[in-house]
Amino acid sequence: MSDPVSALGGAMFDGFARVREMGPVGMITLRAKPDAAGLEAAIRDCIGTEVPSRRAILHANGRAAGWMSPDEFLLIMPYGETESALARIATHMTGAHHLAVPVSDARAMFRIEGARADAVMMKLAPADLDALAPGELRRTRVAQVAAAFWRDGDGFTLVCFRSVARYAFDLLSVSARQGSDPGDRTRG
Amino acid sequence: MSTRLSTGGRLIDRTAPQGFTFNGRPMRGYKGDTLAAALLANDQMLMGRSFKYHRPRGVVASGVEEPNALMNLGTGARLEPNQRATTTELFDGLIAASQNHWPSLDFDIGFLNNHAARLLPAGFYYKTFIHPRAFWKHVFEPIIRQSAGLGKAPTELDADRYEQAYAFCDVLVAGGGIAGLNAALSAATAGQRVILMEQSAHWGGRAPVDGATVQGQAAESWIAATLATLAAMPNVTLRLRTTVAGVYDHGYVLADERIADHTPGDGRPRQRLWRLRCGQIIAATGAIERPLAFAGNDIPGVMLASAVRDYVVNWAVSPGDRTVVVTNNDDAYLTAIALKEAGLEVPAILDARATATGDLPSRARAMGIRVETGKAIAKVKGGKRVTGVSVCVQAGEGAVLHDIACDAVAMSGGWSPVVHLYSHCGGKVVWNDALAAFVPDTARPPINHDGRPMVVCVGAAAGHFAADAVSPGGGVGTDGAISRDANPAQAIQPVWVMPQGAGIKLRSKMWLDYQNDVKVSDVQLAAREGYESVEHTKRYTTLGMATDQGKLSNINGLAVLAAALDVTIPQVGTTTFRPPYTPVTLGALAGEARGEIFQPLRRTPMHEIHEKAGAYFEPVGLWRRPYCFAQQGESHADAVAREVNNTRQAVGLLDASTLGKIVVKGPDAGRFLDMLYTGVMSTLPVGKCRYGLMCNEQGFLSDDGVVARLSEDTWLCHTTSGGADRIHGWMEDWLQCEWWDWQVYTANLTEQYAQIAVVGPNARKLLQDLGGMDVSREALPFMGWAEGSLAGFPVRVYRISFSGELSYEIAVPASHGAAFWAACVTAGKPYGAMPYGTEALHVMRAEKGFIMIGDETDGTVIPQDLGLGWAISKKKADYLGKRGQERTYLANPDRWTLVGFETLDGSVIPDGAYVITDGTNANGQRNTQGRVTSTYHSPTLNRGIAMGLLLHGTKRLGEVVQFNTVSGGTVSAKVVDPVFVDKDGVKQNV
Repeated sequence: MSDPVSALGGAMFDGFARVREMGPVGMITLRAKPDAAGLEAAIRDCIGTEVPSRRAILHANGRAAGWMSPDEFLLIMPYGETESALARIATHMTGAHHLAVPVSDARAMFRIEGARADAVMMKLAPADLDALAPGELRRTRVAQVAAAFWRDGDGFTLVCFRSVARYAFDLLSVSARQGSDPGDRTRG
Repeated sequence: MSTRLSTGGRLIDRTAPQGFTFNGRPMRGYKGDTLAAALLANDQMLMGRSFKYHRPRGVVASGVEEPNALMNLGTGARLEPNQRATTTELFDGLIAASQNHWPSLDFDIGFLNNHAARLLPAGFYYKTFIHPRAFWKHVFEPIIRQSAGLGKAPTELDADRYEQAYAFCDVLVAGGGIAGLNAALSAATAGQRVILMEQSAHWGGRAPVDGATVQGQAAESWIAATLATLAAMPNVTLRLRTTVAGVYDHGYVLADERIADHTPGDGRPRQRLWRLRCGQIIAATGAIERPLAFAGNDIPGVMLASAVRDYVVNWAVSPGDRTVVVTNNDDAYLTAIALKEAGLEVPAILDARATATGDLPSRARAMGIRVETGKAIAKVKGGKRVTGVSVCVQAGEGAVLHDIACDAVAMSGGWSPVVHLYSHCGGKVVWNDALAAFVPDTARPPINHDGRPMVVCVGAAAGHFAADAVSPGGGVGTDGAISRDANPAQAIQPVWVMPQGAGIKLRSKMWLDYQNDVKVSDVQLAAREGYESVEHTKRYTTLGMATDQGKLSNINGLAVLAAALDVTIPQVGTTTFRPPYTPVTLGALAGEARGEIFQPLRRTPMHEIHEKAGAYFEPVGLWRRPYCFAQQGESHADAVAREVNNTRQAVGLLDASTLGKIVVKGPDAGRFLDMLYTGVMSTLPVGKCRYGLMCNEQGFLSDDGVVARLSEDTWLCHTTSGGADRIHGWMEDWLQCEWWDWQVYTANLTEQYAQIAVVGPNARKLLQDLGGMDVSREALPFMGWAEGSLAGFPVRVYRISFSGELSYEIAVPASHGAAFWAACVTAGKPYGAMPYGTEALHVMRAEKGFIMIGDETDGTVIPQDLGLGWAISKKKADYLGKRGQERTYLANPDRWTLVGFETLDGSVIPDGAYVITDGTNANGQRNTQGRVTSTYHSPTLNRGIAMGLLLHGTKRLGEVVQFNTVSGGTVSAKVVDPVFVDKDGVKQNV
């Protein structure tokens, strides 16, 4: 078997911010009520965090657990870990109503980096970035497609569907083009 | 002559001259000029021709309300028509051309219309072009369209780029004049998140021009200090060149930022459309001065008094050596004073009021300016520019007392508060007699979600015209209830027609709407003809319907209408203010959505491979799927035929990744699927597949696909390519809203897997060569599935067939999709494997009589119509659509049902053809008894085949019916069974 190939193979664009596709990343959609038996243990075991509260994403050792809806969580990990993680979730949650499926290949993940990363996001997502709480996972859209993003390091990490990865990358790139930074507050 | 003054000009930089051309003539201006100011400085008073009569027109205003000085700006890929010279910032190299004339601005043939004005009254088109009916479309409309219209539409793709951005704030202040700055400061000091937007390139509005004093300071220094304070506050955003264009429900606002209009080609986006969500909107939008309606008020050189002093003070432009001021209020005296201070002559101020005793008139008199009260302009003299005015008494009928030679006329009919933003979302306005203007009715504001006023007007927009109304801490949440200026000395005397008793000859030369050539006489004629509603009069006369949307003309027009109807102005009311406040270019509304990112294109993991293979793509939802893989020299039809034959005879490869794949899991999943599908899915054994139909509540067929049972509590539902998201939403809707207590989870895994169909007699051999799992008939029978590996790839293989051939659909993680496809291509070479596209897929399914959602269904078809009764459980108590299908209309034995058609001559029935029957319906159309739903040339049978719906269809096998054709005539076809190939299904079950 060949190595896994992400939608854009790590494409990159440098403008007033940097846009970069992150390559293959392991992801699991875990659907369960927050109080489902074994959920806490499963997330602790696979990710190393607690069950994220509403709109939150928790990070630990390059892994993360994000709250997607009242009964859906997104688990993020190295690409090769999903199979064993799914097995461990099944063990922890035996008998509890849940659904755990791999979505690594159904998604594309991007980094938007740099001091002016906010200016890229504000052009595409109808989300109030100033009101984004620390550690908040924001489900929203970028232009015409669904997306989720969170603040991370010197910018944002963004997830969207794989089939529209090219569209999302082109959108982010055109929005990061030199000369199109909406500028600081008092420009004019 | 209009010219540049040697000193002054607060906005221009004389060290930075800028060259530009007007109608090809080189001219010079300064950085900081508007195009209008620069044209005036070059003595270019004539700037355009009017819309209907092609009258010579000059600039009237100095801001967004300008109706006359509309230009074609730029050339080629940067040509934009109808741009206001008054808001266009001058830059070096600007190219402007005037509009609506032929052959030239100076000599315009269309001006003949002017002399025929009597023949072009209000409603002329309606009255003239009614008969004969057919002439409208073919004769009148083309000619009218040719002669109408202002600028030229661009013919090239726009070279510029545009973008949009989102912003959020507690308080949005629209307008950066002193009222707006003050309101922004108040809100910011209170800790609110404030965005302040100003449409022009400068802060402060007109207070500096008017020499106003604000809170004890000269306007300029107060503005500078306030701006410095605001700029230092982290909770404040300031944006110039940004027009708040529209206010919508829930504090949603659109604003248009002009980034590079004045620096074209510098690589920046030309404009940016802001999409704001605001807690409250403060409209500090100022007021617009009104013209006076006197004969010849449109001759170049007649300008608004405020515009004249803007040109003098801001850009050091003199409209002429001698300017007569005509007014009905004190404000215009500022213009006379400004002209005098600039060393220019003001032969007289004609004040329509009987007395003028305020501070400004006193100052004017003290400067030696002659003030004539109770006087009016009988008419303006001149053609392409003003040469003088004839003076009369306002109370009379226009008998000329004496003439005054002059180069310009500065007129003021009072001020109209800009209440647009207040009104966009339902705020009401009320007539204020003291101001002779509509002001915001603070008792009826536009309401936010919480019942609080969404928009508040401050400053001149609220009718507070005096600068000293701008008080510290004021502005936020003030309801506009503080006493309006009631100083009787400054009181305006409404003057809607000048002189008040003017006869028809004069009234026919008094312009209300400059842009659309609507005169006092037109509105009066409309009233005489019975138009009482202002909305109807507007449309009949076109008053206020031009690109300026009546900013100058509306109040004067409805006042004239009110007088003609003998009612008060409030009784007539106003027309509706609608967004945008000023035109927003289409590019800004489209934003980034053009070219490659006009629309999201969904690509499968094999998309690039298909591109390299020369695939011709077709849209399926937002996906692009290969329609066929035409080889060198091959037509699409040839390619489709080859792909069908090769698949039926050897082996074909199909990218089926777009197929919807929804996992449904939980203790109640079986019960849930039994409700969703018309058949029974709960009894499906693990390892098996079953075809299923989904209907909506009305019983109509909505989607279909194969369901695989993955484990005791887990099913995988395949949907149509276009239906995946819709069906997933449909499932969640039922689970979240209706059956919320059922224990079922779903996940849409459509994009997790690439899916490849390996189809044809050699399919098994190909898979066996890939190596890995057992794909024999015994291990993996028809309608079974198995997990394993092929060529080292982790796969799930389904034995399902949409073609009637031996067929495997193989799901592989999307990250391996391209590699697995390549492996199949390589392994398939010895067996003659070729990829096939969606059209071959469709042809093969039609040959087998398989229905296609969207072809055989259109939202009005039930499964029973399609002979799919076998897929409907008779035993189940309920499923979605069951009750609907029991309704008499759907249970009617006379419904059209699915059959096959074979043309007698072997031709292909045209798409959309109907089966005709005797007689005609009430509309004189031929009666029908059926229609074609799928029609193809079958390469397998080498003849046209079709499926369709026919009255009592299944009972009429063997009968010959007639289809109509697009070109006229009919085509005969025999009614046959819809399964054309391999009726017993032998080939797929090997």
